[in-house]
Amino acid sequence: MKGVLESVIRGLGNGSVYALLALGFVIIYKATRVISFAQPSLMLAGAVAVSYLAEVTGFYSAVLLAALLIAGVALAIERIAIRPMVGRPVFVVAIITLGIDVVVRVVVNAFIGRDVRQMGDPWGFTQVSLGPLVVQTRWLAMLAVTAVLVGLLFAFFRFTRYGLAMRAAAFDQETALAQGVSVGMVFALSWGFAGFLAAIAGMFVGTGQGVEQLTWIIALKALPAIIVGGLDSLGGAVVGGLAIGVVESLFQSYQGELAPWLGQNFAVVTPYVVMLVVLLVRPYGLFGTREVERV
Amino acid sequence: MSERETPTKERLPPESRALDIPTGRSRRPRGRPLLYTAYNQDMALLDTRAKKVWTAVLVLAAFGLSVVLADRSLEVLAGAYVLAIGAIGLNIVTGYAGQVSLGHAFFVAIGAYTGAALSAPPGGRTIGLGLAEIWIWLPVAGLAAALAGVLVAPLATRLRGLYLAVVTLGLVFLGEHVFKEWDALTGGPGVGRSAAVPQLFGVRLDQDGPLGTREQLLYLLMLTALVLFALAARNLARSRIGRAFMAIRDRDIAAEVMGVPLTRYKVLAFGISSFYAGCAGALLYSITGFVEPGSFSLLLSVQFIAMVLIGGVATVSGAIAGALFISLLQPLTRSLPALVPFVSGDTTVTPNVFQVETVLYGLLIILFLVFEPRGLFGIWIRVRAYWKAWPFSY
Repeated sequence: MKGVLESVIRGLGNGSVYALLALGFVIIYKATRVISFAQPSLMLAGAVAVSYLAEVTGFYSAVLLAALLIAGVALAIERIAIRPMVGRPVFVVAIITLGIDVVVRVVVNAFIGRDVRQMGDPWGFTQVSLGPLVVQTRWLAMLAVTAVLVGLLFAFFRFTRYGLAMRAAAFDQETALAQGVSVGMVFALSWGFAGFLAAIAGMFVGTGQGVEQLTWIIALKALPAIIVGGLDSLGGAVVGGLAIGVVESLFQSYQGELAPWLGQNFAVVTPYVVMLVVLLVRPYGLFGTREVERV
Repeated sequence: MSERETPTKERLPPESRALDIPTGRSRRPRGRPLLYTAYNQDMALLDTRAKKVWTAVLVLAAFGLSVVLADRSLEVLAGAYVLAIGAIGLNIVTGYAGQVSLGHAFFVAIGAYTGAALSAPPGGRTIGLGLAEIWIWLPVAGLAAALAGVLVAPLATRLRGLYLAVVTLGLVFLGEHVFKEWDALTGGPGVGRSAAVPQLFGVRLDQDGPLGTREQLLYLLMLTALVLFALAARNLARSRIGRAFMAIRDRDIAAEVMGVPLTRYKVLAFGISSFYAGCAGALLYSITGFVEPGSFSLLLSVQFIAMVLIGGVATVSGAIAGALFISLLQPLTRSLPALVPFVSGDTTVTPNVFQVETVLYGLLIILFLVFEPRGLFGIWIRVRAYWKAWPFSY
């Protein structure tokens, strides 16, 4: 039982990273109806930026600077490559983000080089005891920071003018435009937020084990998370991310003993299995809006 | 069926008989290549004489290249032709039927391993059944992939647009896991196994023989396969099935209202597309003779998408052009260090050819989608339209 709980906490920690990434996906999706496949590269860029800045400014200010920097990069990408494509089929824009991802990643990989870059984070692999449980500090840090960020984000959407504008634009772009909402600004904001969140997530992915060229694959686990939660549900993204994290962590701990026939490292692909199972039951995810077909 | 497709003079209204308008498969008026006087002229496989002549010339020239070109170039081109088969397959499901699939690499992998397992000699380190004849393993590899496609399709028929893209993406990751773990079939990551053996009626095509060098034989094999698969795809596109695919792509609800059963045709689209992918996978690795489970990653899927988008969505000739373009990109970038001094051929130095190549994939996808959404095919159409109206082209 103790082992299970420790495994769950590790899952919640990793899951909160997936949740941050998933929120980025969902925010962009709600604003522009496009899944941005550029998120993995932004996450990697965030982690690398932290690893370089931490040597100069210290860890905490490096995280903030890197997140703002990546938000700026995301804004630039949106302005240059996405805004001109307004009104084109979503598939086309999604493939463009795929192209952006490939390009940005090559540039970032040049900064990583062949070896693993350390984040310079204060957590490392240190452990703390929570009553009888012994867990790594970084899982708790991930959970806490994510909880704060999610709270801020939801408050932003609920209580501010810009949040209201974004909700309005997500609900109905043309009507929002007619009411004086600058939809272009909503697009830009959504990409900026996604970049910010991706950078924070990248920093957390890099804590402990550091960041290398293959780290970007972790960001793709946020895709099952958003599908499980429902593409257009912010709450769903958080729930989906945490659920994916916990399932993955439990498989990592116990699949080797209980179901060795699934092969080593099966945990890596559990997010996709969970996604397929959920989709068989609910094609629009747990909290997604069912598309209403009108002729 | 046959009544509708071959109208005879008797069934036409009397006026047309009086005017003697050509009907059925009769000759077209001279000098009016775009004037169709019968339905089956409009629906012909190659609808104008120019197309017929130039396609024949192109195919003959391509066969002729096998004698002219050096072995190294022939091998590159052979690989390009096989990739073109895969790209045509992706074009069927994504271009014609409009179902976005990022999972093409998965089906390619299934074909590659089915072909390899069937044709490898039995009793080796990895599974082998010793059926080296190409006419056995090629169809079976295609059918195995098609079966996988049909099994996935029920999920696909419930999902639309980007949901489908993400699910097919998941398929690539699941497949990668299975292939990396199943050592008996794939030899394991980093080790790999021997690929399908191309043997036709007892003649090994991957060895120098009396008929030609290894590269020449492989080139001819791949070119023949491409011509057959391309003709089949073009024929499919003009058939009832192809029209149903396009109706689904353009507006699925409207298609259903018109009596196109969505589920059946989406399953069919995935099945046919996967068949092409499977055949391409089996053939592709018989050139190098070696398969490694790490090669079937998301990057392969992205490459196929790049071929379709750069070549031209929903055109067979475009898919071929895109595949040639992407495959020739690699030897071109490999020769960059000789031309551009700051690009290095060494992987440890920062602007190296591999980075340039990857960036080019990404940039080309973006640039084509922004500036020429119809791809190379669109450029060709524009050039053609310009010269048709010359000297009065505006």
